[in-house]
Amino acid sequence: MKNINNKTLSDNPFYDPSLSKRHSKARRFKIFTITCIVFALSFLVFFLGDMIVKGLPAFQQSYMQIDVSYNDKTIASTRKAIDKKYRRIVSRAWLRNIPNQVEESPELMNTTQSTWVLVNHQVDQYMKGHYFKIKSKELKIIEDMHAQGKLQLQFNRIFFTQGDSKIPENSGLKSAIIGSILTLLVTMVVAFPMGVMTAVYLEEFADDNRWTQFIEVNINNLAAIPSILFGLLGLAVFINLFGLPRSSPLVGGLTLALMTLPIIIVSSRAALRSVPDSIRQAGYGLGLTKVQVVQDHVLPLAFPGIMTGSIIGLAHAMGETAPLIIIGMIAFIPDSPGSIFEAATVMPAQIFTWAGMPERAYIERTAAGIMVLLSVLISLNALAIILRKKFEVKW
Amino acid sequence: MTTNPNDISSNTIDDSSAQKIPETKITVRDLNLYYGDNHALHNIDMDIYKNKITALIGPSGCGKSTFLRCLNRMNDLINSVRVDGEVFIDNKNIYDKDVDEVSVRKRVGMVFQQPNPFPKSIYDNVSYAPLKHGFVKKGNSCNELVEKSLIQAGLWEEVKDKLSQPGTSLSGGQQQRLCIARTIAVQPDIILMDEPTSALDPISTEKIEALMLELKEKYAIITVTHNMQQAGRVADYTAFFHMGDLIEYADTETIFINPGKKKTEDYITGRYG
Amino acid sequence: MKAFESKKRHNEIKEQLIKFTLITAASVSILTTFGVLFSILFEAIEFFQMRSFWYFITGTEWSPGVADSKFGALPIFSGTFIITLIAMAVALPIGLGSAIFMSEYASPKLRSKLKPLLEILAGIPTVVYGFFAAITVAPFIVNFFTLLGVQASFNSALASGIVMGIMIIPVISSLSDDVISAVPDSQRKASLALGMTMSETIKNIVLPSALPGIISATLLGLSKALGETMIVVMAAGLRPNLSWNILEDMTTVTVRIVDALVGDHEFNSPDTLSAFALGLILFIVTLVLNIISVALIRKFKEKYKINTL
Repeated sequence: MKNINNKTLSDNPFYDPSLSKRHSKARRFKIFTITCIVFALSFLVFFLGDMIVKGLPAFQQSYMQIDVSYNDKTIASTRKAIDKKYRRIVSRAWLRNIPNQVEESPELMNTTQSTWVLVNHQVDQYMKGHYFKIKSKELKIIEDMHAQGKLQLQFNRIFFTQGDSKIPENSGLKSAIIGSILTLLVTMVVAFPMGVMTAVYLEEFADDNRWTQFIEVNINNLAAIPSILFGLLGLAVFINLFGLPRSSPLVGGLTLALMTLPIIIVSSRAALRSVPDSIRQAGYGLGLTKVQVVQDHVLPLAFPGIMTGSIIGLAHAMGETAPLIIIGMIAFIPDSPGSIFEAATVMPAQIFTWAGMPERAYIERTAAGIMVLLSVLISLNALAIILRKKFEVKW
Repeated sequence: MTTNPNDISSNTIDDSSAQKIPETKITVRDLNLYYGDNHALHNIDMDIYKNKITALIGPSGCGKSTFLRCLNRMNDLINSVRVDGEVFIDNKNIYDKDVDEVSVRKRVGMVFQQPNPFPKSIYDNVSYAPLKHGFVKKGNSCNELVEKSLIQAGLWEEVKDKLSQPGTSLSGGQQQRLCIARTIAVQPDIILMDEPTSALDPISTEKIEALMLELKEKYAIITVTHNMQQAGRVADYTAFFHMGDLIEYADTETIFINPGKKKTEDYITGRYG
Repeated sequence: MKAFESKKRHNEIKEQLIKFTLITAASVSILTTFGVLFSILFEAIEFFQMRSFWYFITGTEWSPGVADSKFGALPIFSGTFIITLIAMAVALPIGLGSAIFMSEYASPKLRSKLKPLLEILAGIPTVVYGFFAAITVAPFIVNFFTLLGVQASFNSALASGIVMGIMIIPVISSLSDDVISAVPDSQRKASLALGMTMSETIKNIVLPSALPGIISATLLGLSKALGETMIVVMAAGLRPNLSWNILEDMTTVTVRIVDALVGDHEFNSPDTLSAFALGLILFIVTLVLNIISVALIRKFKEKYKINTL
């Protein structure tokens, strides 16, 4: 043993100088791949951070405590309800709403109240430390009020209770949220049964003939068609041919349904395929017909998987914008739509509209809208994952 | 089983019994291997000789393949594996810090259970490693090396007209000989074979065995086999592993006709396995 | 006995009815594909009856909405091409590098965490990317190049191209990771046992084997980039610009489609119908890319006899 050890000290038959170059090449390659994934992930972090930093201020809005007088004169000309010096500070939208306030609570009539009133977006931007355009006279008043604690940031209820508005401080996401809900309702009512039935047919009933293969190839191609082309379809077929109302959740929902169809079909097929054949054979063994076996035994077992896929499809449809622009769902919608036939907008379309507005106040609203949209999408995906984990059966 | 590293006579061939003294190529001392917490090889001591075929036999899971992979440090690729002990090749411990596992694998070739030619042409299968190692340059010298390696592997006559066809187009036995040619082309000293014929038909197996007997003139060959007859046919020495222990190691004749241990005898005679 | 037979008949009718309903549902997907095709095709034909197809393909001036309107789409195609090229230049190396890391270097545990994280990128709505491109990336690029003394447009092709590339990373990484992981381990072991380093094994053995799948992923990414709308609508320009300068503003097929259809134009005017002509080109190109991509993946699956991809 000693003998051997002594010998090894003197020479190393495995020493190969050419290898060091190859090893450093290998190391560089590995570092390259790590850099790639780190870049992709740090982009994600940076991006989410950027949205939060930009959007968080929109969840607060500036209000000022001043005296407001309610009487016939001020209802006729709402500007007169407040002291003249505040007129360039208070939001026009708030003043416009004075008659409504009185209508809601008549006891306000002929009184003067000290209330928190909404200020305009320039003052709001000043409060948030952003760029603002305010005359020096008003700026002094604002600074005074701020120092007295009579001008402060409060939770922005308007963002969730109002629709779109040309007055930035009065604009909210509500009509877009309702539009999204109506549109997605139409989407799911159409796409879910269609998708599941197609999947059931292809997995359980179809013979492997040319027609079936043709359907399969088609579903695959459908999934790869750029979304904007579905907008063209919606415009040409649903609106121009069938005469359905433009900008309506009905047309939007139908268009999105066609886009969501392949997602639901593919995931439902996977769910059906994961149900073992022994279940089907057991059913046949009891003398059940094919329809009974599928209806009573296969479908219930595949249901969690089908739901998971459908939720993912729903999330996908929820974020889609391009086809909806084509069919006119970017109209200015201050009031929430009451039915699927009325003009509506959806959350991503509202984000798009706000993103194109020049006022600084809309930027933070855009980012806030994105935060809301992403939270909903993340929740939906989380729900899908939970559902899959909970009902996952290993056969 | 406990073995005193200083008393290695039990596991090394008694020199006096061999007619010619074979030259030692690999010396394994006190080798232990762990898969995480699982102690898979226990204190293995073994000397392996040049120009001989050494067969490793034993029931499934006995550690013989694991031991084989220790000899070219393929176990390093598995994260949970830890190796203790020493494996000297040409009197240098390949587990020393200053030894590069890549250069170990250049010197110690390996043939796998399933023929696994690359999805490249037959020519590229053989020339790939030598070109990368810089043994030869593209052109004549490379062509010569490919031809030489294929001749040595006994495949040249069958493939010389279709060198540009994919290696995967060959039959199983031909694929395995292509894998051997690929290994020879790197000019190793030692060739490890992990059940090289278990996926092949009897005729292909016979060809591979004949090839092994030819190749031992130039290399030390260590082969793992499930097939006792094969060990009997080709191996000069045979080592019997059981549950991570090296039970007995001697020349093949002794192991098969006159095993020193009861366990070996039971295995040879088919009591278990 | 009679009652039994009538019940049996009743059941058979019911079975047939259900089967018929299912077939009808399955046919909707086909109807949709052809609906998309024909609704675009008919309007496009109408457009080409008014305007020359040849000029549309080769003309360099696109000026709708004026008395002497011209519809030469070449500058639109070039803008689309350049922005797509930038996107692929970002997405291909990063997506492939990430896929290689996940499948070759990362432990299975790390891989199972990284993959869903990357897929978040795919789940972000494109309108969000568009906002990010317009509000964060574009100004950054303008400022950066001003520092270098070069003028860049706020609607530069570079800004939308980069962000589009990031959006496509998961398309490429996810599919590439699947195909790279599907390359049999015996190939890696064989190469390593010949004394190859890990990176040599990946570059010379694993990647060539996975190549059909990687090309397929690239084509899929390409088709996604060509059809992407919101990012370019929000961050790229409206001006048809036949230029190689990626710091200038450029427009794309999708931007012009949106521009032609938003607002109150008369539907049967060439201005509006030009959107369908552009849509037809987009449809054909993406369809061909998808068909090639599917064929390549099928080839890869057959080679390694995989059924799960």
